[in-house]
Amino acid sequence: MRSTERMAMKFETISYLDLEGNLPSGFKHDLSDETLIRAYKIMQLTRRIDERMITLQRQGVVNFVIGSRGEEGCSVASAMALKPDDLLYFQYREQGAILWRGLSAEEYSHHMLLNEKDPSKGRQMSNHYGSKKHSAMTVSSTLATQIPQAAGAAYAMKIQKKDMVSLCYFAEGAASEGDFHAGLNFAAVYKCPVIFFCRNNHYAISTPRKFQYAGDGIAPRGVAYGMQTFRVDGNDIFAVYDITKKAREICMRGEGPVLIEAMTYRVGPHSTADDPTRYRKDEEVCDWDPKCPVLRLKLHLIKKGLWNDEKDKAFKDAMHQEVEAAIESARNTPKPSLETMFQDVYADIPWNLQEQYEFLQALEKEKN
Amino acid sequence: MPVMNIIEAINNALHIAFETDDRVIAFGEDVGFFGGVFRATVGLQEKYGVERCFDTPISELGIMGFAMGCAQMGLKPIPEIQFADYIFPGYDQIVNEIAKGRYRTGNQWSNGMVIRTPYGGGIHGGHYHSQSIEAQFLHTPGLKVVIPSDPYEAKGLLLSCIRADDPILFMEPKRIYRASKAEVPLEDYMIPLGKAKIAKEGNDLTLIGYGAQHHQNMTAAAEAEKMGISVEVIDLRTLNPLDIETITASVKKTGRCVVAHEAPITGGFGGELTALIQQRCFLHLEAPINRCCGFDTPYSNAHEKRYLPDSPRVLISILETMKY
Repeated sequence: MRSTERMAMKFETISYLDLEGNLPSGFKHDLSDETLIRAYKIMQLTRRIDERMITLQRQGVVNFVIGSRGEEGCSVASAMALKPDDLLYFQYREQGAILWRGLSAEEYSHHMLLNEKDPSKGRQMSNHYGSKKHSAMTVSSTLATQIPQAAGAAYAMKIQKKDMVSLCYFAEGAASEGDFHAGLNFAAVYKCPVIFFCRNNHYAISTPRKFQYAGDGIAPRGVAYGMQTFRVDGNDIFAVYDITKKAREICMRGEGPVLIEAMTYRVGPHSTADDPTRYRKDEEVCDWDPKCPVLRLKLHLIKKGLWNDEKDKAFKDAMHQEVEAAIESARNTPKPSLETMFQDVYADIPWNLQEQYEFLQALEKEKN
Repeated sequence: MPVMNIIEAINNALHIAFETDDRVIAFGEDVGFFGGVFRATVGLQEKYGVERCFDTPISELGIMGFAMGCAQMGLKPIPEIQFADYIFPGYDQIVNEIAKGRYRTGNQWSNGMVIRTPYGGGIHGGHYHSQSIEAQFLHTPGLKVVIPSDPYEAKGLLLSCIRADDPILFMEPKRIYRASKAEVPLEDYMIPLGKAKIAKEGNDLTLIGYGAQHHQNMTAAAEAEKMGISVEVIDLRTLNPLDIETITASVKKTGRCVVAHEAPITGGFGGELTALIQQRCFLHLEAPINRCCGFDTPYSNAHEKRYLPDSPRVLISILETMKY
């Protein structure tokens, strides 16, 4: 047997919505018209906020932005399939999910501008959102560390007998970290109700997939760790929703974790500190234009008679105004107080931190 | 009152913690059915079930990340790292994630847990079963570090750690796991964190240590006493938070100080202690603060007796300091 034959595990990609916005005849789903319209609106809101934040970064108002252009279908449709309390663990390109959960443009802007209304008190970089009231764990920059954490959280949910799962986002680059392997293994061994959601978006900053793995993507690893695994078209919200919903059911039946590999494409740069023209061709990016998850849903809504250009314009005008008002509010909100720098390191402030705070306060007084 | 060794005292503390708080869970390599390679978790799985005390795959980063998720959901995990030398695959999870969790989420989530791990030399374990790794973790805002020196201390400190709201590295002196015996009450008691213990009062010199080293220090102090030198011996108990008041009061009284630990001297916690004492007690000092520590070599199995700052070496440091 040739070695290539031994490595023949191939995963098909589940996809329902075509590029013209049609679903297969007889295809059934339980998404109401209102839900579909809201999905479209949240994806557009996500895209608009990303665009505005990138502009604000260029203007020096925001330090750093990670856009999610082209991947809004993964984040929004997966969050749609969950219950509102299910705990989300992010990588950092999933702002659509937290916006779906109801985080407002204004709350998001407070975080991005790192002001005193940022729940993280301006301690991290921008784009490191998190909100306990939205059951959305705060982003950390370290890649893949969230994977074993999501497994542990799901284990707790299981032994606390909660009707709850955790869903953990990451991308194909992060799946090279040891944390990925440990997290999937622990989750499978203890049958934790966790959904591992991999956005395979082709690039880890500049590094293409061929330098992340030699096998057939990430999906076969789920099988190797002993969990149910699916590969979906990440730009098809019907496929992402359907499979994430199935995954949740599998988890709640006690059958253990599920791995979903969502095939998508990072249309924008990695972050505002990146220039993708140095490592990929424009034509490659343009190939993904017709596959855009927002466009495909819009075409579907138009075909169903739920949407039209007039409605689109009215919605966008109002939404853009909402985003501008949100940014304005965030710009007018003060930075967190100096005191917050020394708080929350521990449950209580120890003597050394108290001394250091007083030292800094004295310096500040001298300056003024 | 029963006499226990450190393992028995830790096991007793864990049973009390499991009994009094159903959020408490313990896990790690060989921790569940077998009860741990040092037997610290014996009986927990049998009594409280496999959901609360269990074996894990061999992955320290997995153990630490998994513990963090459990803590974020409101459980109180007590993960065990079988030997401190093997903690480093979990270093990122501990240092970047667990320790910083409360801070970077703006106090929305916290990671209260106790990471138990046996540390230190003297068991012919070679480099990978002998290291003292505390300094690597004391440079980590958000993580407390506690090191008990005997069975009574181990039980009371461990129960305090389990009931605290912060992540805590609880380093157990494995060389004296069984050799150190003491009367330990069966009932529930706690020793507060951040309070050092003056194990022996004295007027001429302050000798500071923790864990297994504390016993070497006590022996050296007794020898010095025979030579007419009155040594005050401090067992730090908790390295972070540090009981700076007890330390400075003692050194102001004695005017001389020796700090001793097994870990390599350079970049060790002794350097931090020395700087703090020097800054706070400078006008009271009669001699330079002396450090009696491990050498800046990897841990040598063949020469471990010479590597360790045992009581004869501590005594030499005391005598050197008394010359001034």
